[in-house]
Amino acid sequence: MKPFIKLDGLVAPLDRANVDTDAIIPKQFLKSIKRSGFGPNAFDEWRYLDHGEPGMDNSKRKINPDFVLNQARYQGASVLLTRENFGCGSSREHAPWALEDYGFKVVIASSFADIFFNNCFKNGMLPIVLSAEVVNTLFNQVAANEGYKLNIDLAAQTVTTPSGEVHAFEVDAVRKHNLLNGLDDIGLTMQQQDKIKAFEAKHQQAQPWLFN
Amino acid sequence: MAKTLYDKLFDSHVVHEENGTALIYIDRHLVHEVTSPQAFEGLRLAGRKPWRISSIVATADHNTPTNGWDKGLAGIADPVARLQIETLSDNIREFGAKAYFPFMDARQGIVHVVGPEQGATLPGMTVVCGDSHTSTHGAFGALAHGIGTSEVEHVMATQCLVQKKSKTMQVLVNGTLGRGVTAKDVALAIIGKTGTAGGNGYAIEFAGSAIRSLSMEGRMTLCNMAIEAGARAGMVAVDDTTINYVKGRPFAPKAEQWDAAVAYWHTLHSDEGAKFDATVTLDATFIQPQVTWGTSPEMVVDIDGRVPGLDLAKNEVQRGDWERAYAYMGLTPNTPISEISIDKVFIGSCTNSRIEDLRAAAAIAKGKHVAPNVKLALVVPGSGLVKAQAELEGLDKIFTEAGFEWREPGCSMCLAMNADRLEPGERCASTSNRNFEGRQGQGGRTHLVSPQMAAAAAVAGHFVDVRQFI
Repeated sequence: MKPFIKLDGLVAPLDRANVDTDAIIPKQFLKSIKRSGFGPNAFDEWRYLDHGEPGMDNSKRKINPDFVLNQARYQGASVLLTRENFGCGSSREHAPWALEDYGFKVVIASSFADIFFNNCFKNGMLPIVLSAEVVNTLFNQVAANEGYKLNIDLAAQTVTTPSGEVHAFEVDAVRKHNLLNGLDDIGLTMQQQDKIKAFEAKHQQAQPWLFN
Repeated sequence: MAKTLYDKLFDSHVVHEENGTALIYIDRHLVHEVTSPQAFEGLRLAGRKPWRISSIVATADHNTPTNGWDKGLAGIADPVARLQIETLSDNIREFGAKAYFPFMDARQGIVHVVGPEQGATLPGMTVVCGDSHTSTHGAFGALAHGIGTSEVEHVMATQCLVQKKSKTMQVLVNGTLGRGVTAKDVALAIIGKTGTAGGNGYAIEFAGSAIRSLSMEGRMTLCNMAIEAGARAGMVAVDDTTINYVKGRPFAPKAEQWDAAVAYWHTLHSDEGAKFDATVTLDATFIQPQVTWGTSPEMVVDIDGRVPGLDLAKNEVQRGDWERAYAYMGLTPNTPISEISIDKVFIGSCTNSRIEDLRAAAAIAKGKHVAPNVKLALVVPGSGLVKAQAELEGLDKIFTEAGFEWREPGCSMCLAMNADRLEPGERCASTSNRNFEGRQGQGGRTHLVSPQMAAAAAVAGHFVDVRQFI
């Protein structure tokens, strides 16, 4: 996994609550057996005016000019600003894969759905929870300032605005360490294999029916 | 100290704990074709093998067609879907599994129907699957939740999951459910109260006399929808209903193991006086048949209600969401729910495709006919065994004589990955779990209801209080 340390990124605002994973990456793209290439279909049903299917040449499709991510000023954004309960619904990791492939490294919201939140960390992305008031302020600032960027520092756990306001955020210590160092979860867990084997033996003795 | 059921299940699976993050051991890993190929590929690239093959139970469900089975795999018109289904078979052949029910096997079906049906889901287990509706299995007093594909690979490689303990929420439903009111209505009523984010960060235990009196099918429906309340895991304590359901199933313990298992399973309940981080209370007697009107399961009202007006929205963000939902759903505020007519009906999904659901829907459909304005009314059993049982009881005849289509098992139009879907603008009474934009097909409009409410809507051509039929 690629580490995440710092980012000075253009912010794109998606002003909706409860953005679900079906919206982030519609189901027809889940048929792929690959892990990459989902970016052109992130938010497909909002982003294009026609119906998208896997294998289409997305550069030839009709763009929805009203969708915020299609506006010229947000091209190249790497920070997605959105509202509460972002990523609700399905456990599909295709959602963070699509956002990451699109170019987002950070998602800021007042809350996230649990599975999506967890999936982000497995892909070198940082989901940041800020209060609804702060999120509201950021939405206003993004709207008022073209080229609005936020500076995100994971080690310091801060989001800094262009005018120098600093918003601190919480992040679990283990997740932070793994993200800063780009550590692979499986490799780390394998270091505990003796403990897993010992647990398994004890567990099998207590509940042998689980191992039939 | 008095422990909650969640505490008992979590604590009994901790392999290692450091800085508040635990490594928990996984007993059962359910696998399907959509969220597993990248995980198997990861194992292959790293030269890893599954830690314990006997934990893996796999089936194909999301992409599988619900008709044209006489043509076999060649009947899957979409080559991308076909490849994904074939890839699952290839991966299981290469890596192994305790059981695999491939496309068209007599026991194939929706993974959350198949697991319990086979006794592959047992009380006290930790159960994971790359699917958010894994919460279903909590109905057995198990700790069960959906995981992403990276975690699917992690569980395969290590038999463990890196977890932080969730907060606990007790949803207490006391009283007796009224006539025509089902577990689905209870689930929707709870979500209407908590909101779809209400359970974020929590594991929910459903308790109270109304929950105790639910069958296992009903408890599965309820736990299935825990994720729609934001909770990764939902659960119900073990009682005789649980044990009687499990007994005699193919993978259930036998002989002297059975007695030891039952003795242990009887301890799987929250202790008297156990503390929950949050409690939500509902009176069962006041729960009415529910219908969702919008694009989130929390946008739900009683059957005799109306599409709510903006004056009822709690804040500016919700007003925006509701305005978008009115536009997407093609509805105006204050429209009575019973005046909303429908184009299609879907009875199926991991929420409501078990035998009890089909019996309930068939009881309404019997001797009646699908209304002329309803273009398609689909009944999709949850598994091959549910289908066979329904046919044994003659339910297929009741449905087909009433003008419903009787299909082969799978996820079907719950998420429309196969050919079953809504066309833009079509409105559906659906027994599935999500009414998100585009969920059942781009531009499709989904209203979530119980199986009997779906059958009643099919017959009436619009939403109607099922209690008029019973």
